[in-house]
Amino acid sequence: MTAAGDRLGPTLFERSRPGRGGGRIPHPPKDALSRIPPDQLRTEGPHLPEVAEPELTRHYVNLSQLNYAVDTGFYPLGSCTMKWNPKVNEWAARLPGFASLHPFAPDELAQGTLALLWELEGALAEIGGMRDVTLQPAAGAQGELTGILMVRAYHRSRGDLERTEVLVPDSAHGTNPATASMAGFKTVSIRSASDGGVDLEAFRAALGPTTAAVMITNPSTLGLFESRIGELIEAVHAAGALAYMDGANLNAIMGRFKPGEAGFDVMHINVHKTFATPHGGGGPGAGPVGVGEKLLPFLPSPRVLREPDGSFRLERPGERPTSIGRVRSFAGSAGVLIRAYAYIRAQGDAGLREVSDDAVLAANYLMTRLTGVLDIPFSRHCMHEFVASGATLKAETGIRTLDVAKRLIDYGFHPPTIYFPLTVEEALLIEPTETESIETLDAFVEALRSVVEEAHADPDLLHSAPHSSPVRRLDETTAARQPNLRWRAMTGEQTPCPD
Amino acid sequence: MAYSPHTPADRAAMLEAIGVASVDELFADIPVAVRASELKLPPPESEVELTHRLLGLAGRNRVDLVSFLGAGAYRHFVPAVVDQLLLRGEFYTAYTPYQPEISQGTLQTIYEYQSMMGELTGMDVVSASHYDGATATAEGALMACRATRRERVLVSRGVHPHYRQTLCTYFAGADLVADEIPLVADGPKAGTTDLAALERMLADPERPVAGVVAANPHFLGLLEPMAQVGRLAHAAGALFVAVVEPVSLAVLASPASYGADIACGEGQPLGIPLSYGGPYLGILACREPLVRQIPGRLVGMTTDVDGRRAFVMTLRAREQDIRREKASSNICTNQALCALAASIYLGAIGPHGLRDVAALGAARAAELERALAAAGAPRLHPGPYLNEFAVRVLNAPEVHRRLLGRGVLAGLALAAVEPDDPSLADALLVCATEVTTPAEIAAFAAALGDEIGRAVR
Repeated sequence: MTAAGDRLGPTLFERSRPGRGGGRIPHPPKDALSRIPPDQLRTEGPHLPEVAEPELTRHYVNLSQLNYAVDTGFYPLGSCTMKWNPKVNEWAARLPGFASLHPFAPDELAQGTLALLWELEGALAEIGGMRDVTLQPAAGAQGELTGILMVRAYHRSRGDLERTEVLVPDSAHGTNPATASMAGFKTVSIRSASDGGVDLEAFRAALGPTTAAVMITNPSTLGLFESRIGELIEAVHAAGALAYMDGANLNAIMGRFKPGEAGFDVMHINVHKTFATPHGGGGPGAGPVGVGEKLLPFLPSPRVLREPDGSFRLERPGERPTSIGRVRSFAGSAGVLIRAYAYIRAQGDAGLREVSDDAVLAANYLMTRLTGVLDIPFSRHCMHEFVASGATLKAETGIRTLDVAKRLIDYGFHPPTIYFPLTVEEALLIEPTETESIETLDAFVEALRSVVEEAHADPDLLHSAPHSSPVRRLDETTAARQPNLRWRAMTGEQTPCPD
Repeated sequence: MAYSPHTPADRAAMLEAIGVASVDELFADIPVAVRASELKLPPPESEVELTHRLLGLAGRNRVDLVSFLGAGAYRHFVPAVVDQLLLRGEFYTAYTPYQPEISQGTLQTIYEYQSMMGELTGMDVVSASHYDGATATAEGALMACRATRRERVLVSRGVHPHYRQTLCTYFAGADLVADEIPLVADGPKAGTTDLAALERMLADPERPVAGVVAANPHFLGLLEPMAQVGRLAHAAGALFVAVVEPVSLAVLASPASYGADIACGEGQPLGIPLSYGGPYLGILACREPLVRQIPGRLVGMTTDVDGRRAFVMTLRAREQDIRREKASSNICTNQALCALAASIYLGAIGPHGLRDVAALGAARAAELERALAAAGAPRLHPGPYLNEFAVRVLNAPEVHRRLLGRGVLAGLALAAVEPDDPSLADALLVCATEVTTPAEIAAFAAALGDEIGRAVR
């Protein structure tokens, strides 16, 4: 067993012993709960783990060491932008003035955070070429929902109730069609052109009086800039629909392309991608949404407003009746947005432009160096990421992209995104980001080259990979057929939920 | 800038390998007609300048007042070990655990989170988390609609106004209906969900109800007749969605025990900083038969090919990246790091510690009630509460504002969040937790007494 494997250990529940550990809270008076009607009280306490601080700490430190992370190595996960998360941002978000501020604090007590949020809205609007920005949405997917709900409100405000469809290219993130459904629209999937770009003619054919919006990711999920974007937006507007930009890949184009200037009416931004807020093992994120003139009245509430005297305040309930309303509690995830703000101030105008330039440079360098190692289906220059394919390798050796990915783990790298976009066979979506050194990029190329050689020489090595990770391939079928989704602390038995 | 490792020589080497003369050539696909105008942002800042700026902004917030503010986000003691562990880069700089072989840390912590929330709520299935209490509640109500194939939910006015508003936003998008159940206007049950009204609303055969949503404790702090709400919902074929507060579940009856089918809530009180509203932690849980309706990630226990116990994301056919437009929600992330904070907090505080937190808050709140009543601010409602309650103060928003000048954040002036409810025009919502001290209570009561006295004079 590897050293990492040794860290696989008991759950916190298994470490628990009655009477051990627990927080040091002053004891409440014995009659503290005597005024509560007995039928409102719990009859038996929750069976939570009882551990002391040393065990608790080792439990989590050992678990942490089972993770691969940006802090431990190269994480070229396409479409996810695993760039460096600056440490000063963690410090900033924890400053007591920010972290201890209650969300219902009166505006006069919250001027620092409100000023920061207001300035961040302005910076994001400038980067996106948008009229204004809401910071409320809790994640990119919620930003999408917010944007599409505003699209819906816009059409309704004009008495246009016939627009029931949202057009989405087949290369889109799954959140796009899922969002359209949540907002009550039917998704129409449009096939990509053979060069990976949007098929303008297919869009023109699908656009009509029932189209509410077109959702476009630009650069696309293939890492390609949609060079016909101007014509597409024109066609969308000519049909009376709105143009939605999925801003997931904004990190490639800062200072080069402002979606609002090109005519996009609405865009969400994933701050954990472009603006380096940590992914946190899957969240939390934040999903600001920028809008052009048409959607301005529909922004969710509350907005951050600046008064004539230079002070800031939150919009009051009911102050702007055209708003789509609230999409979550309070004003937004300020703790995440503080990190994004710190990043933007640290980078400044020149730095943000350099971020995109370096991200695109690194991706093209990696793509060039991998030519001949794997298939590169689209030969034009890429943006911040590119698609490779293991189709030839599979035909020659039977080795699938999944096996390549798992074997890369043995070389100390996190695998790229695999089997996305859905439009490319045996796809690997590779995104190096701007924060990886040329030495790291070269080492990754050599590792992939070596894996491909192994695929020919010793395919079983790949079928059974990874070999060096804390655990090896998992039985996902049983996990889904007989789900065990929680520890049953009382009995220690793992009662599976029946299907 | 300093976050990029590239030297001019590195960049030149990469350009040469690609075979272009400049980075500009790589952007040639962007047509001239849509190229960006100049980026008008401030210049880069050194870390010295940046930290100075951030300290200045943080310093413009006032967090030094004696605070009795809760209303859905609560001040609690957080053991130091929680943040120390959250700073492990292996946790916070990892992505969603799509490669389980090298993500067991995140996966096991999520499984343990699901298990701990399962203990608190008594529910069979707990999602890996949602954005916050409001969105978890909206998703819980949507689940009820999917599961029953009905299109209308009834939401108690006792549910947090932000949750109700968020639910309405989500429901409008899905062309579903959310009707509000009123609260009892007066008498011994004043302020709690009006059961007679609920019964009438459930009885309309033309408009069948998918779910009934009620909160315990509710927004105004009162304890609700949850078991009765649940019985009425079930009798009408509707699901019962309970909105709960996790610290209170150390002492209050669990949603499973009073028949909830779905439980939602805000996990912020479990070791997560207030941070002006987020990031927070949406708790969403359900009974086992609803498992395929629950949106968001789920982590399950399994084994690897060598038979070792391991954890993996499971039942993924519900999710957007697989089901696309047919997914149960568009949610993509969870709040993994916030769920981790909650788990570490619960591990550090333990079951007895959590009970002490809840009970001490209740004891301090009783002291607060007595002190405020003596100062001339009696409770607005007669029914039982845990650690939060509304008091009647004439001209509450003005008194609240004056108290700020005396260093007291006197809870929430309810008129600010419920401007259309005349019954709350002269009311403050106040709470106490284990960090509230007797001295703070005395200071608040004295200041409030002065202000009330001034108004009388």
